[in-house]
Amino acid sequence: MAPSQPSDRAPWASGPCGAPGRPQGRWFAIHKFLVHNEGDDVGVATEDIVSGDAIVGIFMDTGGEVALTARGAVPLSHKIAVRALARGDEVTEYGTRVGVATSDIEVGDYVHTHNIRSARW
Amino acid sequence: MATALTGYRRANGRVGIRNHVVVIPVDDISNAAAEGVGRLVPEALAIPHPYGRLQFGEDLELHFRTLIGTGSNPNVAAAIVIGIEPNWTERVVEGIRAQGTPVEGFSIERHGDLETIKVAARAAQRFVQEAGEIPREPISLGEITLSIKCGESDTTTGLASCPTVAQVVDEVVEAGGTVLFGETSELTGGEHLIAERCVDDDVRRRFQQTYDAYIRMIEEQDADLMGSQPTQGNIRGGLSTIEEKALGNIEKTGTKPVVDVLEPAVAPSRKGLNFMDTSSAAAECITLMAAAGAVIHLFPTGQGNIVGHPIEPVIKLTGNPLTAGTMTEHIDLDVSGLLRREIDVAGAGEQLMTVVERTVRGRRTCAEALGHREFVLTKLYRSA
Repeated sequence: MAPSQPSDRAPWASGPCGAPGRPQGRWFAIHKFLVHNEGDDVGVATEDIVSGDAIVGIFMDTGGEVALTARGAVPLSHKIAVRALARGDEVTEYGTRVGVATSDIEVGDYVHTHNIRSARW
Repeated sequence: MATALTGYRRANGRVGIRNHVVVIPVDDISNAAAEGVGRLVPEALAIPHPYGRLQFGEDLELHFRTLIGTGSNPNVAAAIVIGIEPNWTERVVEGIRAQGTPVEGFSIERHGDLETIKVAARAAQRFVQEAGEIPREPISLGEITLSIKCGESDTTTGLASCPTVAQVVDEVVEAGGTVLFGETSELTGGEHLIAERCVDDDVRRRFQQTYDAYIRMIEEQDADLMGSQPTQGNIRGGLSTIEEKALGNIEKTGTKPVVDVLEPAVAPSRKGLNFMDTSSAAAECITLMAAAGAVIHLFPTGQGNIVGHPIEPVIKLTGNPLTAGTMTEHIDLDVSGLLRREIDVAGAGEQLMTVVERTVRGRRTCAEALGHREFVLTKLYRSA
């Protein structure tokens, strides 16, 4: 099925979805990852990210943007660091602790079970 | 909305959206007879399962409650019960009858499978013919009991499909409906968020007790949960910890207060958002919720859980474009546009509500069309 045309419902024209005046969407997408809350340490790749790419992410709560350079390949739906963390630091996503860093993490690093773990079990 | 919702009004006042005749075995060794009835009367749906012998105590009570709740779910027009001996068979029959659902029971000892199948098939045939005459009537969204549970989650679940479900959950609650959520262990890391939403101190205390007891049970096994919770599929999809998984999971519960805490397979008595103590395994959870009377299920998935249920239609949605593209026959709604920001969450919610309405009116879900009829009983401990 062909995707519906953006003019059908133009969600970015108003409301929380996208900065005013800047079309978002498959045909214009500039972001490679989304971050739940401004202040989160990690974002989620919305497509495969290639190491070394200069990329932009969007904070879902404020619509603000963050730019960084990917320091590793991050597959679709995996996480990328938007803030640097030291080993032992709490990792925040959704504005809430989701785990603890098990090694130092730099902005742009791929974040997964190799460098964070549960704080619960 | 242009077209009214329709459904089936049952004797106990509850509203169903399907009109199944089911054949329920009381125990594992009655599966063959139940399935024999289903073969002779194809519209009578046998629901085989592996338990029902030498269970005792709370585990046995849950077994009966699940079978009785399934047989008297509003999506069921009539039920046949088949057990190896008459006592426990009658116990299940009586439980279903007490809800007003037409039911007949048969036991195999002193008759054998073939004779039992013969008489049970006659009853099933009559039920099937009569069920066809039960009319669909106008119903309202507020009369629906909805259940929610996600599976094979990844990080897109918390970004897209769970927030989409939340839109419908809030709308059903606002319409006066009932919603069930569960997955006790999978609240870990966000359990305080649920506790804060409990409607009063009594509900909050019962929630905390229920949560703590489940976690204690897990911890007593002294096992490494990595790969189980989160699952290997979750990890493949980018989820790293139980807390991260839980926060995505909780997204789908919407914004309404938690009005009650239910034991597994217990029918809710309060309208609104109810928490039920369940496993986080998809088929176990949905089976318990259907046994509590849920008639339609919303199932956000990331990596592509394909679960269904014999009598409760399961609507699956995903925000993961890879899953939506490679598993089209399992996905009722693709909300991956949320990741690309082509749509907003309110728009995705409207799309899901349209799928819900069409499913209520009779459109078959992917899982129904493909014959996914997972019926998995929760077993609390070993049999005697």
